[in-house]
Amino acid sequence: MKLFDLSGRKPLEAASPVPFAEWKETRQGTAISLAPDVEVEELRSHLGSLTLIVLEFPVFRDGRAFTQARSLREYEGYEGEIRASGHLLPDQAIHFRRCGFDSVVLPDGANVKDWEDQLGRYQFYYQNTAVSPV
Amino acid sequence: MTQPASRSVGHYQYEERDRTFLQERINEFEGQVRRRLSGELSEEEFKPLRLMNGVYLQLHAYMLRVAIPYGVLDSRQLHRLADIAARYDRNYGHFTTRQNIQFNWIALKDVPTILRELAEVDMHAIQTSGNCIRNVTSDEFAGAAKDELMDPRIHAEIVRQWSTLHPEFTFLPRKFKIAISGSPEDRVAARFHDIGLLARPGENGPLFRLFVGGGLGRTPVVGQELFDSVKEEDLIATLEAVLRVYNAFGRRDNLYKARIKILVQTIGLEAFRKAVEEELARMDRAAYRLTSEHVAQIRARFALPDLKAPADAADVLEQHKKADPVFARWVASNTHPHQDEGHICAVISLKTPGAIPGDVTAEQMHGLADLSERHSFGEVRVTHLQNLVFGHVRKDQLHELWQGLKALGLAAPNVGLISDIVSCPGLDYCNLANARSLPLAQKLGARFGDADLQAEIGALSIHMSGCINACGHHHVGNIGLLGVDKRGAETYQILLGGDAGENAAIGGILGPSFAEDEAVDAVARIVEFYLGQRQKGETFAAMLKRCGLKAFKEVAYETV
Repeated sequence: MKLFDLSGRKPLEAASPVPFAEWKETRQGTAISLAPDVEVEELRSHLGSLTLIVLEFPVFRDGRAFTQARSLREYEGYEGEIRASGHLLPDQAIHFRRCGFDSVVLPDGANVKDWEDQLGRYQFYYQNTAVSPV
Repeated sequence: MTQPASRSVGHYQYEERDRTFLQERINEFEGQVRRRLSGELSEEEFKPLRLMNGVYLQLHAYMLRVAIPYGVLDSRQLHRLADIAARYDRNYGHFTTRQNIQFNWIALKDVPTILRELAEVDMHAIQTSGNCIRNVTSDEFAGAAKDELMDPRIHAEIVRQWSTLHPEFTFLPRKFKIAISGSPEDRVAARFHDIGLLARPGENGPLFRLFVGGGLGRTPVVGQELFDSVKEEDLIATLEAVLRVYNAFGRRDNLYKARIKILVQTIGLEAFRKAVEEELARMDRAAYRLTSEHVAQIRARFALPDLKAPADAADVLEQHKKADPVFARWVASNTHPHQDEGHICAVISLKTPGAIPGDVTAEQMHGLADLSERHSFGEVRVTHLQNLVFGHVRKDQLHELWQGLKALGLAAPNVGLISDIVSCPGLDYCNLANARSLPLAQKLGARFGDADLQAEIGALSIHMSGCINACGHHHVGNIGLLGVDKRGAETYQILLGGDAGENAAIGGILGPSFAEDEAVDAVARIVEFYLGQRQKGETFAAMLKRCGLKAFKEVAYETV
């Protein structure tokens, strides 16, 4: 598994994430993964014990995790790492970063340069977001 | 703020950063085309990316849909569209019901070059398709109409900028359309949009009535009022909140149930409103506040027309009308009152009877651009009924403009009349269609082409779609026509009683579908019945209400 650092905020977590439903039973470890149909409010009382939340993209067109990430940052005040995993495109790199993601699990055979190029593509954006106020 | 004379009024003037942004967007798209050609991107992955930049794959070729934000063009942009039509298409373009323009015969390899040529005149194809927030539409008489409460274009531009490459809302369950009007006469079909905004001035700044969950397509729904009075400072926060609820909860398992209207229907308006209010309560409102400074900055980039007209302008127009009855008839149907006594709004019909609705040749575009420089401050608007508008014409020069339009073959006196037919491109171009729309629209246009007959019939709208996706908005025509496939044959259903405006209504289906020529005859019998049975001054909608759908049905199926 190869990670790509989007935000450069801090070193990326090495821990293996556990699906949230499973984690709730055992509360072992500090890394979870979350399906896109889970409302992030369910995590509220657990956020203090988490250092990595992996948000899943079953297909790149399914944009629910963008709203999950932004809710974690804006509403829940979560400060730990948010990571995107699943079917991802480099074309989404800026969207990930601007919604509060720190990292992505690079798909097999990904061209890292595409991801890097995309991050530097635009000089400004038209709107405020969780991590990039205009 | 003074503008050079060559600059147009009516739309936001780009700054350098907007131009840089367009270049960066084109570079991005060029890279995507390259990755598709190298196989790095699959067609499944490339498709949403190209759609977000207006590139469709149609039946015979690629189609490029170019954005015309809130429907306002300037003359240099129209000249450029003409050049593109001549160089890269078959010498014409097609204006759509969402105030955009489509080129139907484009080669994919030319698209980046075309985008660069568009960017030179501050145009683009961003978000004219795809499951994202689409180009914002507005009132074709914005900033000119006598009945207007407030010019909606400043806020339309603010919404355009806010929605452009929005990181959270670029992969929505389905497309999302926003329209905004500042007139009590709803000229944008606000109740048939995902979000419809009706702006009005309030004591402490503008207020917005917000409708949600309207739409046509397979499941036509009249939008419901979510909020009566959204304050200007809360406009962006409120849009964010609605979109967040939709992005999180809109269905993604079924393409046909993915629009926000289905979500609102399923959970109900009250539950939807509660969810939006919860978002607003949690949101950092300061971060999303639309400040009056920001509004002022955007407003300053709109040039205003210098409305000077001779004192006798209105009298001169009256004299011209008296001297030329053909001109007088065109004025009666093709103009709209202006805020300024000496000016008038002129509507240019793109529905010359027998022609394809919304199509304009390159020569006509060049000619219109020239006329707009002489007669309307270089400003041209596209209407959601596929016509064009010159917003600010001096009354004493209207006759001269009309002569210019006649020379271009664009002086059909039929705006709002029966041959002013709205139509999608249909099976001639579109791979979704069940039936062709254009030949039927052309036949109906020709059948009712006589100007005297049209004037006698009066206001009556025909809307034509080639399939249930309803791009021709057949649900909201007084008479709607829908192409359906009947055991391999192209046939047409008739709907009656639709209305896109203040009294929003969805047309009722009359009965079994007709073959093309039968449909023309059935519409003719319906119109004849209306002419024969209407009371003095009774509109088609009013008579339909009085007599009932059944009476019309009997007439329509009389000899079939």
